[in-house]
Amino acid sequence: MLLLAFDTATPAVTAAIGETDADGAFTLRASASSVDARRHGELLTPTVRDLLTESGLALTDLDHIAVGVGPGPYTGLRVGLATGHALADALGIPCHGVVTLDALAFATGRDEPFLGMTDARRKEVFWARYDDHLTRVGEVRVARPAEIDTEGLPLIGDGARMYSEVLGAPAEEPLLPDAAAMAELALRRLRLGEKLPAPDPLYLRRPDAVEPGAPKKVRQWVK
Amino acid sequence: MSEPLILGIESSCDETGVALVRGCELLGDSVASSVDQHVRFGGVVPEVASRAHLEAMTPTVRRALDNAGVTLADVDAIAVTAGPGLAGALLVGVSAAKAYAMALDKPLYGVNHLVGHVAVDQLEHGPLPKPSIALLVSGGHTSLLLVNDLATDVVSLGDTVDDAAGEAYDKVARLLELPYPGGPPIDRAAQKGDPKSIRFPRGKWGDGTYDFSFSGLKTAVARHVEDADRRGEPLVVADIAAGFQESVVDVLTRKAVDACVEHGVSTLVISGGVAANSALRALAEQRCAEAGIELRVPRPRLCTDNGAMIAALGAEVVKAGLPPSSLSLATDTSLPVGSPLAV
Repeated sequence: MLLLAFDTATPAVTAAIGETDADGAFTLRASASSVDARRHGELLTPTVRDLLTESGLALTDLDHIAVGVGPGPYTGLRVGLATGHALADALGIPCHGVVTLDALAFATGRDEPFLGMTDARRKEVFWARYDDHLTRVGEVRVARPAEIDTEGLPLIGDGARMYSEVLGAPAEEPLLPDAAAMAELALRRLRLGEKLPAPDPLYLRRPDAVEPGAPKKVRQWVK
Repeated sequence: MSEPLILGIESSCDETGVALVRGCELLGDSVASSVDQHVRFGGVVPEVASRAHLEAMTPTVRRALDNAGVTLADVDAIAVTAGPGLAGALLVGVSAAKAYAMALDKPLYGVNHLVGHVAVDQLEHGPLPKPSIALLVSGGHTSLLLVNDLATDVVSLGDTVDDAAGEAYDKVARLLELPYPGGPPIDRAAQKGDPKSIRFPRGKWGDGTYDFSFSGLKTAVARHVEDADRRGEPLVVADIAAGFQESVVDVLTRKAVDACVEHGVSTLVISGGVAANSALRALAEQRCAEAGIELRVPRPRLCTDNGAMIAALGAEVVKAGLPPSSLSLATDTSLPVGSPLAV
């Protein structure tokens, strides 16, 4: 089973092609990551094309697509999702969602509890608590770092790095998600028959918009 | 041999539009609009629009294909709006278009939204005479263009220096407590009013440029409303709407006809959402007839944002033999009209 995974929910554009054999053994066929928070839209498709060239595969060889559903800054996040939806539509294969923090957590390989955190901008982080690298406890949330009870647990990810002073502990690796881990996690879940989420964005916040009041007066003396 | 089949994708503002075009023929299209979600905010909220584009994109592509009676395998090239427009909104369409182009192994063309508004007229009235003058009036744009060639040679003659015409309609509608978007309700109200009863100023009238200004007009309407309010007089909404509309369409049509005369051009295209306005159509028809100019206005569905305009321009670009855009194509929120094709 051949799967293409990518994620654009953080400053990284990361993509990978992974494969599992009949016994479920995972092989990474190709992967690439670059960090440029402002160029997700320019980088993603060429990165995928280069992975295909490098691995000698064609898009038509793929069985599944997995895309990071965030949470993450919205404009970048949508690049990955729009790409995933369209690729799957054109190829006639399923597109699955993977929570970006779950991929980050999986890459740690840890068997003890920890918190994963990514940057949510506006002085907030997206975060979740994990019992181990495969098990998230509860939903992903958005909060100001000072409001998070870290329970003295190890802190993973770029969100933890940005606010390590407030959080009172240094951030530990990995800081950004890697699609290689995302591909392995998605293939593992598919093989175990677990349901992967739909490729819908996790925004966790409503759009910033206020309903307008009465029009501003143009004459100063009119009350 | 028949002309190539172009899939066009538009997502620059609040409409997700997809269409299939072959040459000057529109085979089928589909538009999903998020306008209802913006009404209570009195204007397009970019994040709301971007979220709606992501949800609507693939289903809209499917509906357009069904309406056209073709499959993705039939598509020869993909055209997408590269700009100008809202950054987050553009990026959804461009990301999807790149994915379709890569998956189908077909060329990608990132095209200019404004030039698309002109190109769409070819789907209704056939090939555009060269050169033509185009007046684009919408909620986001008010531009006068000299179109020597849709794919390669479009020159900006003038633009609004402040509000777009459609934006002025929205703001005046709010002053008159009419709903958003303001164009249709003001047009309806104006039909019952006397356009001569209140004379509002004409921005940049006779200033020797092809630029426009509607901000002062909006302020003049606001003053009028406040003054009536202070004197305790009831607002004659129909007359205010008619006077405002008269000012807008008088300047738009005068400058458009002047541009045709100055450049010796005998065809004027009016497009964009405001082109559906009845007063604009009527006055343009009258003044074009007087000046011996052929007026071309696409039907309202093609005047507002849609995928057909992008596919129509894509077809022109392919026909002109221009090289495709790369898969690293960037969106450009202020793509100049002189660039019909983005690289």
